[in-house]
Amino acid sequence: MSIRERMSGNEAIATAMRQINPDVFAMFPITPSTEIPQYFAQYVADGKVDTEFVCVESEHSSLSTCLGAEAAGARAITATSSAGLSYMNEVLYVAASLRLPVVLAVACRALTGPININHDYSDSMAERDSGFIQIYGENNQEVYDNYLMAHRIAEHKDVRLPLMICEDGFITSHAIENIELEEDDKVKAFVGEYHPENYLLKKENPLAVGPYGVTSYYMEARVAQAQAMKNAKKVILEVAEDFKNTFGRSYGFFEEYRMEDAELAMVIMGSSAGTAKTCVDAMRAEGKKVGLIKVRVFRPFPGPEIAKALAGCKAVAVMDKSEGFSACGGPLFAEVSGACINLDNRPKMIDIVFGLGGRDFTVESARSVYDRLETIAQTGDVGEVYTHMGQRE
Amino acid sequence: MINQAKDINEKITWQDMTTGCEIYEPGTSRLTKTGEWRSRTPKWLPDLCKQCLLCVPYCPDASIPVEDGKRAEFDYEHCKGCGICIGACPFKAIVWEDEAQ
Amino acid sequence: MAYNLKEEMNKPERFHSGHRLCAGCGAGIVCRAMMRAVDEKDRAVICNATGCLEVSSFQYPYTAWEDSYIHTAFENASATAAGVEAAYNAMKRRGKIPADENVKILAIGGDGGTYDIGFQSLSGAFERGHDYTYFCYDNNAYMNTGTQRSSATPRFASATTTPFGAESVGKKQDQKDLTQIMVAHGSPYVAQTTLFGNMKDFHEKAHKAIYTEGPTFVNVLTPCPRGWGYPAEDLIAICKAAIDTCIWPVYEVVNGEYRLTYEPKKKLPVEEFMSKQARFKHCFKPGNEWTIEAAQEYVDKKWEQLLAKCK
Repeated sequence: MSIRERMSGNEAIATAMRQINPDVFAMFPITPSTEIPQYFAQYVADGKVDTEFVCVESEHSSLSTCLGAEAAGARAITATSSAGLSYMNEVLYVAASLRLPVVLAVACRALTGPININHDYSDSMAERDSGFIQIYGENNQEVYDNYLMAHRIAEHKDVRLPLMICEDGFITSHAIENIELEEDDKVKAFVGEYHPENYLLKKENPLAVGPYGVTSYYMEARVAQAQAMKNAKKVILEVAEDFKNTFGRSYGFFEEYRMEDAELAMVIMGSSAGTAKTCVDAMRAEGKKVGLIKVRVFRPFPGPEIAKALAGCKAVAVMDKSEGFSACGGPLFAEVSGACINLDNRPKMIDIVFGLGGRDFTVESARSVYDRLETIAQTGDVGEVYTHMGQRE
Repeated sequence: MINQAKDINEKITWQDMTTGCEIYEPGTSRLTKTGEWRSRTPKWLPDLCKQCLLCVPYCPDASIPVEDGKRAEFDYEHCKGCGICIGACPFKAIVWEDEAQ
Repeated sequence: MAYNLKEEMNKPERFHSGHRLCAGCGAGIVCRAMMRAVDEKDRAVICNATGCLEVSSFQYPYTAWEDSYIHTAFENASATAAGVEAAYNAMKRRGKIPADENVKILAIGGDGGTYDIGFQSLSGAFERGHDYTYFCYDNNAYMNTGTQRSSATPRFASATTTPFGAESVGKKQDQKDLTQIMVAHGSPYVAQTTLFGNMKDFHEKAHKAIYTEGPTFVNVLTPCPRGWGYPAEDLIAICKAAIDTCIWPVYEVVNGEYRLTYEPKKKLPVEEFMSKQARFKHCFKPGNEWTIEAAQEYVDKKWEQLLAKCK
């Protein structure tokens, strides 16, 4: 039986961690992810977990400690945000290339400067090419569910990649909402034990990790890593299927909201999708053919699947909650527009950068996007492709 | 995937690479014959050798084998010819080959 | 157990031939000796910072190590070791590793990965008290990238970023005294040694460090023939000069108690060390006599301070 509760996203993630009871948790605090290790520290203090809880001196070290632990044969986790994730940058790439399936919870927050503690995806999007799997949640329930699936995906022998569970800083991490938790023993049974084939502490044979790879091997190593990310697509869906059969809630690469006959669509991520859905419902009531795609899995990017979902649309707005400073659009736009390149009838597509540093995104904001798409669909004129929304002019 | 270092070479495919470039066995470096680097060669003179073994720990390349407590002939497959052993020997029982009479 | 060279040399090798360190590199000697200090019945996990040793001792698919080995990055050998130790504790507690098995966790890095870029993670791991031993093979500069100055480079040494020139007599600053800094962390065992004699000093310190519970530190002056500018075969003479001039005193600090483990019968002038190496060549040019005087003055001061601590 599921347990009905009320809690924040941070507590939901910490609860999932407690239920999994990993071998090692290496932490360094940063707003707004700090509560996750704080909750966990209390679980340790209360004897609810017997995890080695290591309070290191930086995020670079928290992930490095996870790498050492994971390679040694342990299940290792950490959490961070913003500058902390940036400080991990080097080690993120190492984790992925060493194929060490660490699970990292990210409460997504703006990057400096100016320094700002509120939500956008500057931090996680900056690490989109690190080789981590990235799964985003709209609310505390999704974040909790995503976390329960994380280890099985990351540790799968065809994948063996580290994984980020992303929640929206403050909006999800701190807001208290209703949630359905699963029972401890059922979670443990679903997640299972970690049994790597080779590990540093294995008695039967030593393991050497992290070589210098000359040109003759580097390309092959990277292609193998790229294949692992491709393999992750299948495994993500398999684990989601088992999750649905076990706990009843259903997840795919993305959520299609009222897309069945949609002509105008928004592609969006995280909590903003909830706001936009309210707008979609209102506009549907007015008879407008609007819909929404909420991207859940950003790495691996479900390009062909998203292209297929958008194929019937006339105009699409990609909503980027981070600024890529490319002068031609944000990272989500690059992926979505790229994914659609081989469609026979491509929708017109614009990119809107919004919500930076916690700037509000309202139902009215969403409506203005659909209104703009309606004009584009009517006139066939896409206008300025890359714009910002919500800033004072 | 190819598991053993002896079978991993610059002709294998990406599918054959070990996951994360891991290696699952000890001391595979011995497959690399660093003796080819040598420009000068140390020569052991067993007649002068007192078997004090002082040369052995100073070899950076583990190329002075010890069998039953006695040093044996240099492992020339791996000796890089640094000559530290010459300086380590108190009995002049190791000399440069090109200086040996 | 008393040190017996013959017995030590009879032990199976745990740092193998075929690595790609330069001919005459002191790091190879350090690694072999470090691994001999791990009891034969025990396994080890070596956590290596990026550097000469890493690129040379594990170039895919060739590992020189008999034991498990991990390299992740440059500045995080200690954090990686902390993770291995945490995993070891957790897995032992959970019965994934038998209680009677003993695995020793070692970290090793050059002076770059230890004194400088790796210092934060080193300091953090020592403050937290992980049970591991850190070996620094201090070759006085960033050798892997081509002899740039580090905080371990002695004053007046010419490095590629502190070259000798019309307006320069080499590095301007004295070497950072990392060994003292590690003592200040409250470590139960800190030692400084180099490669001399029958390697007894190194072995005993390494063994004590590895078998003392908690974070322990061994700083090893490790000559680099290319970076220091001397013929490779002179390594032992250079190390001997380092200890006889007291440029690199060898001592240990056990729970804060200092003990000299070698005191030269006659303390030699610093020229005995400096004149053997091209990196100090400019100090011997007419007009630069003052550099040698200044170097001597510094060594004398440090030596007196150390002697006072050893009393």
